[in-house]
Amino acid sequence: MVNKVKSFFEKFYLLIILAILYAPIVLIVIYSFSNSANFNFDQGFTFDGYRAIFDSDKSEGLWDAISNTLIIAAIASLFATLMGSFASIGIFNLKKRTRRIVENVNQFPIINSEIVMAVSLMVFFVTFAFPEGYLRLVIAHIAFCTPYVVLSVLPKLEKMDPSIYEAALDLGASPFKATCKVVIPYIAPSIGSGFVMAFIMSMDDFIITQINKGAATGINTLSTYIYSDARVQGLEPFWYPVFSIIFVIVLAAVLVLNLVRTKKDIKANARGKRL
Amino acid sequence: MKKIKFRKLKLTKKVFSFPYILFMLLFVVIPLVLILVNAFLDADNNLTLENFKDFFASDANIIVLGNSLLVGVITTMLCLILGYPVSYILSKMPSGKIIVLLYIIPMGVNFLIRTLATKAIFLAIGVELGMGTVVFGMVYNYLPFMILPLHTSLSSIDHSYIEAAQDLGADKATTFVKTILPLSVSGICSGITMVFIPTISTYAISQLLSNGKVFLFGDSIQLSFEQGLYGVGSIMSIVMLIFVLVSNLIMNTFNKDANLVRRSVW
Repeated sequence: MVNKVKSFFEKFYLLIILAILYAPIVLIVIYSFSNSANFNFDQGFTFDGYRAIFDSDKSEGLWDAISNTLIIAAIASLFATLMGSFASIGIFNLKKRTRRIVENVNQFPIINSEIVMAVSLMVFFVTFAFPEGYLRLVIAHIAFCTPYVVLSVLPKLEKMDPSIYEAALDLGASPFKATCKVVIPYIAPSIGSGFVMAFIMSMDDFIITQINKGAATGINTLSTYIYSDARVQGLEPFWYPVFSIIFVIVLAAVLVLNLVRTKKDIKANARGKRL
Repeated sequence: MKKIKFRKLKLTKKVFSFPYILFMLLFVVIPLVLILVNAFLDADNNLTLENFKDFFASDANIIVLGNSLLVGVITTMLCLILGYPVSYILSKMPSGKIIVLLYIIPMGVNFLIRTLATKAIFLAIGVELGMGTVVFGMVYNYLPFMILPLHTSLSSIDHSYIEAAQDLGADKATTFVKTILPLSVSGICSGITMVFIPTISTYAISQLLSNGKVFLFGDSIQLSFEQGLYGVGSIMSIVMLIFVLVSNLIMNTFNKDANLVRRSVW
């Protein structure tokens, strides 16, 4: 009996915290069909909010912002993945002390507070007169995305059995060919997840973009556009459907990513059993 | 002859890291050095210590710093108090590893969007925006950062320790205090750093959730640079950096895989 009561309270507690975490998300989704900003259904159930995504005066800015977000994320994460993957192979072959220094510097953008990273890049760009706009943003995004790629690839290299690479050399492959044909295929999954991580990080960024975009250029990513619009007059009905769509996309993406991961685990387990 | 050539080539594999090292030097190290340099320069680029005086003598700056630390401590404590039971209960459930994902998923939504959603609800139900709403928003934003490392460390506790404690006659409370709690210290520490540092350095959350009434350290760093006060702004950044480095040092002592925890979010 005591155990049953305890178990009930435990589940109740878990549910309450979960409810608090999801309340804002769920309420926004529900009221995205009301086309109102004060959580009422005075206008009844309507899709007007969703239609407004395409034909309101904010639509153009929204689509601009979305394409900017995707373009910057794509360029930055591609560069980050390319540079980070090769860098990992290089770092792996560095001398111990140098390697430790490089790895520590690599950690820095991750542990550092975003605002400090943002202003330090801003001071750098201003001091060396980098042209305002996309160049600054892409460089800044590469700078905070690449460490994630390195952190994804490097552990995989460490796990790799060096004799595989040596076998390729013994069989007559040049070191370059062995790297391309043996090492890179082996680390490919980590390169892939590094790319996904870099892409998500870049898309999700607000602070570094906001501070480095330059006021005069008018470039906005999704987050800075939302900020510039909602900072002054609060959240207008326009944003409810947009947020709802973002919630659905994020939920789906997280689920898919985790399903893939679980599937991989199951496969790995099955393989282990067969052996 | 051929073999020696191979070996030479193998050594040069480290060349692959040079572009990235150069990149990091340019865009990570030099910007931070510039911040250090700017702390000692006045508006006309002359060497000076005035910035330190300006920062530490100004009551406003110290109040903002104190406020941020206060909000940071309260948020971290609340996250720990609310998050520990969640992680603990989940670690006892067989399906806890999957259910914990439900608590992590909201983190995938941009913090700005979540903050604006919370603000809209506060406005709709007529809660006055101020310190209370700021702390609520922070806890709401950073609770998953506390639950994740706590869950990782709690669910990795070897159950035989707990059984051993009970076999030796410890009641439930004693088992918890003497066995489970000490074994989850690494999770507590990384949870605290992962909540505390972002909280004291947030930019925009506090302004949005208090209509500009509550001003935190991250906001004042941004504001100083926006107003062109590079010197004072640099000092604030250095203070922030010291917090980051100290907390990272603490985290590393307790938890060697701290960054792995952070990465596993994705």
